[in-house]
Amino acid sequence: MSLLDMIGPVMIGPSSSHTAGACRIGLAACQLLGHTPEKARIGLYASFAKTGKGHGTHLALIAGILGFEPHDPRLPQAFQEAEKAGLNFEFHDADLGNVHPNTALIHLQGGQASVEVTASSTGGGIIEVIEVDGFKVAFDGFSPTLLLKYQDAYGMISRVTGLIAIDEVNIASLTCTREKRGGTAMMCIVLDSGLSDYAIRKIAHIPEISWIRMLPGFKRL
Amino acid sequence: MTLDDILKAPSPASQWVLDTDCEENGLEPEDVKQVMRARIQEMRDSIERGLKTDAKSITGMVGWNAKGLWDAPDALNAPLIKRVQAYAMAVNEENARMGRIVAAPTAGSAGTIPGALIGVADHLGIEDEKLVMPLVLAAGIGKAISRQMYISGSAGGCQAEIGSSAAMAAAAVTELLGGDSRACVHAAALALMNTIGLVCDPVGGYVEVPCVSRNAFFAVHAVSSAQLALAQLESFIPPDEVITAMAQVGRMMPLQLKETAEGGLAQTPFAQGYLKDLEQSQK
Repeated sequence: MSLLDMIGPVMIGPSSSHTAGACRIGLAACQLLGHTPEKARIGLYASFAKTGKGHGTHLALIAGILGFEPHDPRLPQAFQEAEKAGLNFEFHDADLGNVHPNTALIHLQGGQASVEVTASSTGGGIIEVIEVDGFKVAFDGFSPTLLLKYQDAYGMISRVTGLIAIDEVNIASLTCTREKRGGTAMMCIVLDSGLSDYAIRKIAHIPEISWIRMLPGFKRL
Repeated sequence: MTLDDILKAPSPASQWVLDTDCEENGLEPEDVKQVMRARIQEMRDSIERGLKTDAKSITGMVGWNAKGLWDAPDALNAPLIKRVQAYAMAVNEENARMGRIVAAPTAGSAGTIPGALIGVADHLGIEDEKLVMPLVLAAGIGKAISRQMYISGSAGGCQAEIGSSAAMAAAAVTELLGGDSRACVHAAALALMNTIGLVCDPVGGYVEVPCVSRNAFFAVHAVSSAQLALAQLESFIPPDEVITAMAQVGRMMPLQLKETAEGGLAQTPFAQGYLKDLEQSQK
């Protein structure tokens, strides 16, 4: 939480939690896919489902999925922009259980890739990504964040963090979850600054790693 | 960062807030100030656009309030009040039109700080550069509130949203007018303690009624708090305990009173009828 979150973001109205936050949720999902998708299926929970229409939540989510930031003047025309970009989308109501009332479940598909992201908008434009492809994660998208999917094996954390240390980048938080011992696992590392291309390449070359995304962090300035 | 920390900080409080936050987040104070300068300009731009147009919002419930007040004769001969109210509504009507605004701390409460701070500055002929540090202090007050209390209406009621913005604005105006750290924090506490229990009941879930006029009222509320605090009046309840009380009330509030459009003004027969007609006309 920074002072710039309390006075800001600069955004298209009308709601920081339902519009700006929704846009950032879409943007995080777009960054996790790695490019603009061809298909988006979006589940809306509780307050997002109930009052989303009046807040432009649907528009904002699509704007984010197209890679727009919350202040982008194209946000109110996001549906037309989606058509131009060849993005097909659909919304449905979703019961996501015991999560924040402003939560969306986004499934994106495009090229050969797909990703499923659950994220909550917690107020003032702040978001919390809580699940990626069924793995629990915890990051807010503001700090550079490295996500890895890999085959669970001993020493994985040490190998990855070792390369981050050589790059002289500090780790703010790290979470790991796995489906079972030796199964597929997800590592989510929030960093104080971005990694060099060299470090990202070195990490990506670790044989157990099957998927890697380096999110740059939302711009505050 | 608590209200008590800010209260005990050397004056002006904003400098301590800036230094402490920059240390925590690894930012340069000058960079933060530069962003705040840009945000003041964004606030000004939204005020200017909002005062000029009477274009209706998405639902037609608001859109002409700011211009209407701005162009009307000053019935009370109280130009400060008129200015503060018109500025606040101008920002929130821009917001309701899906225009560009600065969330402060939220979009639904975006007009309160520019209304109070820029309104007072323009009334007294104070230049924008003098608003930068008061705006930093406003952010610090918001940060202290959000330690214990939600800042969104859907989580804490409108008290959390416009209550926070009014407290932030009150402290900012107090510092702008020379108040010390203690006075600034008490201005915030006075504003907060008089918003406890405020429900969030937007008609149809749109950030229009009562949100637009509510920003006008709470911008004046913030200026009143600053006036009391500058006269050395203080909150009887310690400022951080006011936040605790608000957070407690927020948790006790039923969901129907927290931005679900299932209670309060949103459930009046007139509001229900209006929405039904709107739905028909959109078909």
